[in-house]
Order: sequence, then C-alpha cells, then structure tokens
Amino acid sequence: MTRTFDTIVIGGGLHGCSAALHLAMRGQQVLVIEKNTVGRHASGVNAGGVRRLMRHPAEIPLAQASRELWQDIEGLVDDSCGFHSTAHVKAAENDKDIRILEERQRLVRDLGFEHEEMIDRAEVRRLVPAIAPHIVGGLVCRGDGFANPFRTTKAFRTKAESLGVTFREFTRVTALDRQADKWAAVTTDGVYQAPILVNCAGAWADVIAGWLGETVPLQPVGLMMIVTARVPHFNDPVVGLASRALSFKQTEHGSVLIGGALRTTADRDRETTRLDYARLARSGRTVSDVFPDLREIPVVRFWAGIEAYMPDEIPVIGPSRTSPGVFHAFGFSGHGFQLGPIVGRILAELASGAGSNLRLEPFDIGRFSGDEARPSSQGSTM
Amino acid sequence: MAEHFEFAVIGAGPAGLAAAALAAQTGVAAVVLDEQPTLGGQIYRSIEQSPLSDSNILGDDYRIGEGLVWAFRASGARHLGGTDVWMVGTDRGIGLASDGKARIVTADRILIAVGSQERAVPFPGWTLPGVMTAGAGQILLKSAAVVPSDGVVLAGTGPLLFLIAAQYVRAGVSLKAVLDMTPRANYVRAAPYLPAALTAGNYIGKGLSYMREIRKAGVAVTGAVRDLRAVGGERLEAVTYSAAGRRHRIDTGLLMVHFGVIPNTSLSRSIGIDHEWDARQVCWRPRTDEWGNTSVDGIAVAGDCAGIWGAQAAAHAGRLAALEAARALGRIDTAERDGQAAPDRAFLRRDRRVRPFLEVLYSPESCLDAELEDDVLVCRCEEITAGQVRQAAQLGCMGPNQVKAFLRAGMGPCQGRQCGDTVARLTARAGGKSMAEVGFLRPRPPIKPISIETLAKIEEAAAAMPDIEQA
Repeated sequence: MTRTFDTIVIGGGLHGCSAALHLAMRGQQVLVIEKNTVGRHASGVNAGGVRRLMRHPAEIPLAQASRELWQDIEGLVDDSCGFHSTAHVKAAENDKDIRILEERQRLVRDLGFEHEEMIDRAEVRRLVPAIAPHIVGGLVCRGDGFANPFRTTKAFRTKAESLGVTFREFTRVTALDRQADKWAAVTTDGVYQAPILVNCAGAWADVIAGWLGETVPLQPVGLMMIVTARVPHFNDPVVGLASRALSFKQTEHGSVLIGGALRTTADRDRETTRLDYARLARSGRTVSDVFPDLREIPVVRFWAGIEAYMPDEIPVIGPSRTSPGVFHAFGFSGHGFQLGPIVGRILAELASGAGSNLRLEPFDIGRFSGDEARPSSQGSTM
Repeated sequence: MAEHFEFAVIGAGPAGLAAAALAAQTGVAAVVLDEQPTLGGQIYRSIEQSPLSDSNILGDDYRIGEGLVWAFRASGARHLGGTDVWMVGTDRGIGLASDGKARIVTADRILIAVGSQERAVPFPGWTLPGVMTAGAGQILLKSAAVVPSDGVVLAGTGPLLFLIAAQYVRAGVSLKAVLDMTPRANYVRAAPYLPAALTAGNYIGKGLSYMREIRKAGVAVTGAVRDLRAVGGERLEAVTYSAAGRRHRIDTGLLMVHFGVIPNTSLSRSIGIDHEWDARQVCWRPRTDEWGNTSVDGIAVAGDCAGIWGAQAAAHAGRLAALEAARALGRIDTAERDGQAAPDRAFLRRDRRVRPFLEVLYSPESCLDAELEDDVLVCRCEEITAGQVRQAAQLGCMGPNQVKAFLRAGMGPCQGRQCGDTVARLTARAGGKSMAEVGFLRPRPPIKPISIETLAKIEEAAAAMPDIEQA
C-alpha cells in the first residue's frame, strides 16, 4: 500500500525532527523515515554545545537566528531540553593565543557582529574559577550554553508527533523514484509518496544525494567524548582553548564532558566507531594541564558518535541542484546541534515555497561540483 | 611496541585459573589478569591467606579452590594481580590499569573468565543504608572476617541463600530470620527435574544439609515470603513482608538480600560480542560454542560469565577454553584437543543435570514480577525511579539504551550493572515486548573507572596501537 504525505523527511536526527516540526506547524502532513531510532547517532550523543563563539562567518547569521529560538526553546517544543544559557570561553594559554583570539574578534566585528568579546585573565578566572593559573585571557560569547542532546532531539520529535507528524523507525529508504509530480520513497516498510523530500540523513546523506545525481565529498567521522563521574558543581561555562583541542563543560547532573572535535574513524555501514586511545590520552593531558584540580576524578565512559564532515566544514543547506522538490540539510561537521532549531525552520520555509531571508549561498550543494574540496575553514567545534 | 601476551586470561577464579594452568602445560604463554591482588576470584577469595580463624566456616568447596591455585602455581603461568582491565577491543587490545598507571597491551587470544554478579532486584526500601546484598556480606566475611554483631535478616531466593546462612551460623552470627521468597508453586514445577538433578553430584544433598544446619542452630526460616519491604528513615529499621496470609515485621539494622547470580557481562557486552537472552536463567549471556568461542574472533568466555553453571563446572569449562586456545595457537591439533577434552565434557554433561531443577525452583520471576511502585529507585548512580523509567517508556523509549540516553539511567560509574536488566524489564512491560526484543545496555569503555590523570598517562606505546573497535 502506498501512503501519501506533503513532505517526506529522510533521517530522524535533530535536523530532520526540527524540519518535521516546522513543516507541521505550517499545516503539512509529514513523514519522518529513520533507519535506526530517532537521535541514534550524532544528534543523540553529541556534546550538546549551544554555541555561536568561533562560528564560520557564513554560519554566524544562522547561529544568531537559532539563538533566538533557543532562548524560548520551551515555547517551541514544550520542554526545556536541558538548555542552560551560560557562556562559551576560548581560553588563551600564551601571548600567541591572545593574538589569534584578537584577530578572530576583529574579523567578527568587521562583519558587524558584537557577540564575541576579548576578556582578560581576571575575567576568565571569574567565569571559570577552576582554570589553571597559566591562562592569560580569552574570548567569550555570553549567552551561549549547552543542552541535553538526546532530550532535545526527543522533544522535537514528541512535539512534531503531537502536531500529527508520522515517524517510521527501523525503516530504511532503499530507492527514490520520481512519479509524475511526486517522489516515491521505496523503503523496507513499503512505498511512501510526497511532492517534497527533505534529506537530513546525516552521515548517510551523500548516498541519498548520490541517487539524485549529486556527488558530494561527505566524510563519515567518529567524534569521541570523555565523561567523568558526577562531582559537585564547580563550573558554568563551556571552555575551549585557542590552539589545543578541548571542549569542557560540567553538565547539570555534575559529570564533566570532555570533547573538542576528537575525530576518529567510523564505519557507517556497520554503524560503529573506533576509539582512538592515543587521542583520548592526549585529551586527558590537556584537561590535566588546564584543570589541574580535576586530575583525580574518574572517567566513567568514552563514547563516539557518527557525524558527517564536509571538506570545508560547513554544512549543505538548500535545494537540490538536480531534482525538483528536494531540499538538503546535512554535513554539519561537528557543530550542527545549535543550528537545529533554525535549520528546521529554513527547510520548512524552502519546502513551502516561501524562501528564507537568511543567506544560504555558502551552503549550496553546487559548491562541490566541478572542483575539488576547498581547504578547511577556521570553524571549530565545541 | 605495545606489550604483547600470547594468551591473556581475564579473571583469577576457577575458570581462569584452570584455563591458564592447562594452557601453560601445553606450552602456551598464559597470563592471568585480575583486579584482586590474590588468586581465587570471588568464590575462592583470599584462599591463599584466608583471615578466618577456622576456614571450615567456608566449607569443603573452598578447599577445591586450593587445588586450582596449586596447579596454577605449578604450571608456570603468570599472574598480574591488582590489575584492572578497563577495556578490551575486537582487535584484542586490552586496557590495563594498576598503581594509577594505564597501558594498552595486545594478545593473540583472550579468555574472559570474570564470573558472575548478584542479580539486583529492587524492592521498596532496597537503597536504605543497612540493606546490602548477601554476596557483599560474604566478601566481607571472606576477606576481613567481619561478623555483624547485632543480628541479621537474610531474604531472597536461590541456593546461595542457604549456603550463606550456614556460613554465618558457623561464624557465630546471630541470624534473626531467613526469609525464603521461593514460591511453593516452584517446588511443584521443579519436581519433574529432581531425578536428573540427583545424578549430577551431591548438590541436592549439600543444599539440604545447609538447611538442616540452619534449623539445628535455631534459626527461624519462613517460606513463601512475598512483598518484601525495607522500612526506615535515615537507615534500615525493620523488614516487613507477607507470609501465611498476613503481614509481618522484624526490627533489624541489617538486611542481606540475595536473588541468585547472573553472568557478569559488562566486558563482553562492551566489546560488542553477540549475546542471547536465556529465559531459564533469566539473564543475558554471550552466545558461544562448546569451547567458549564467541562471535568475535580470538575472544572466548568461560565460567559463570558465560552462563551460570557453578564453580566446579567453571573450572572444566576453563579447561575446554584452554584446549581450544592451545589448538588455535598451534600447540595441539584438533584430535589432541578432543581427546584431552573428553573427561571435562563428560563432567559437564553430568554436572549440568542439576541446573534445570535449580533454575525452575529458584526462578527469580516471582520476585521480578511485583509491580514496582513509582518512587522506588532503579538506577542508584543517577537516582532514577521506576516511575521515571515507565514515563520514558510511554514517551517512546523502546529499550534500555534509549532510556539511558533520555534519563541517564545506567550512565553512572556502574554503567548499568545494577539497573540495566530492571530498566529493560520496565520498558519491555510498558511496550508489551520481551526482554530479548528490548535488548541490553551497551556499556562503554572504560568498564572500570580510571582517573583523568591515569588516562593522561596512557603510555606512548598506545600511539602505535591499532584503534580499538567499539560497537
């Protein structure tokens, strides 16, 4: 039996759930198809950073718009998502780091934004009392924060379901077929039809794009995290370093989450990742240096999620260049969580023909056709 | 270069000791890794230097352990005591930690022989101070000769309940009551399996002798106890329960509970080895062949961590795994393996005849069946209640891994060792599914906590290591 919807979203991660929610808010009948369970990979197990600090220039307007949605996330999805608005701090360990951060601040100011601010040693220490004495200053974005990623994805899903969105889990799309003015998604659970398709398939999105004749250099990457036992509250902001890999935060439960684009290999066919203990040990050394009081606290868990990286480390967001009625949003390269609320809205706007008032050209899928990958940007992950 | 072992045996209990000793005899370089400084595992803990003034307290079985230790000592196999195994990868990397230092070694072949753990069964008040598992009490008795002075109530079901009671009686502990929660109906259900059980060895006779010993000591044993409840404010003050159609109350400061043992599968699950739900033993266990081979090449399991068959069977299963290791490592051929294995296989065939009887008689299902009240804690580490788990299940969490991501149940230092099956049971019930369908918690390395500083000091050799695969 074939069932027909207004839009089919492929991929039940945060972006897929957010797109479904925003489409349902516009009155559409939406189906979300997920090969595993909602939020199983990058959306459910990321570090939960809600960050504008150090964003790629092209992403800054989106991150600012998403921040507005985060500020009233409960109004959007009826759940706090565990969101805490605190600050993100990039700490400088030496004068060279200070120069890097000052240059970054200039770049952001030149673009007309004021949200990133240089702070001195005393202010870093005031914000992050546990930080090591060798820290000489930093760059801060006040109002950035963190949320609980699985809870957030689940909240978007639950709200979307309450507005009539259908979710099919453990269902895999095996082929796409254009029939008259509709797309037919052939799945392991029958055929579904809709005039609009949204590709939010994360680390598997290039396969979908490939079926449409759009080759994209997506790389599935494992991102590792370190979690400690719960300790009494000692820290509010999310802390990174100007020139070493680190993302450090204490969750509302008391455990400390340590990450920072700790890349490792992933096998997306088997949906597994490998832990790179040499890199984890390096992170342990970084934390020992920057938070010396924490050396004794026990690590209780390592994990890695599967994420899609693009060569330029900014996502693909926008219409397909080959196929009518298809819109992509994938390849967030380790920093898509904060963008989830706004990207869903952008996709809903595009899918309903309204268009977005945010500038999407830098995220066009066409940027990869005809030339090889551009060099990596200054975007960072937290 | 990372340190390399030919045959790494994890666990120094009966399976591990027997395996390492036999492998060493065939010329395999075997090393036993164990968190305890001494040999024996939990069952024969501190066997070489038992502090108990009269080791008769622990019974004849404890002496069998001495034989295993002697054979191990004579075999030339190595022992690395005081060593935590915090990770094993599918490519047979092993994360070790001792004296605050971590390192990653490799092995040609790994045998996991980490034994059993007590089944955690939550009931109202089970997290009050003053309530502990009988096994924890037994460990105290074995290693420190700690004897509670003002009386103990022992409750639960399973053969070990009466063994512990007998050991306490011998040690002079005042037992206020033994509350046997085995339903009467189980005796009827188990009766058909009794004739076979009687041919397995003297298990039934031993069990009956423990009961006689307890009664002779004047300990009150109450049968068919239901609805156990630990009562108290800051700590345990009393135990209440139903028996013979009415509620009873016993004032006590210490309640020991025991609901049988299940395979310790934290390590095997963390590696991604295939497991299957054993409906008779009511637990998950690794899927193996007769030699203990698992779904992961070169990693075998033996002893109670592969299914609850008891200490004597564990030693024989360890020997089978050792013979298979010797074959895989080229020391013996298949015919030699099969020839040498014959007595062990014969022992196991006979020994296992007692299991159907014990499994039916001491089935924990009736204790697990009670509908947990909403405010009963399920996950102690993260303080998650039964009500929260049910609510998460209603919100669409289909199994324990989703509940973990949603509620953090199972995310604490114990990684769900205590709450995993309870959370799975609650979600299975809410969703009208079986335990096999909802699956099990995937523990993550490190399966034993290591400090940030220890992590930071993982030796540079690790940089040359291939990545460790994790599901």
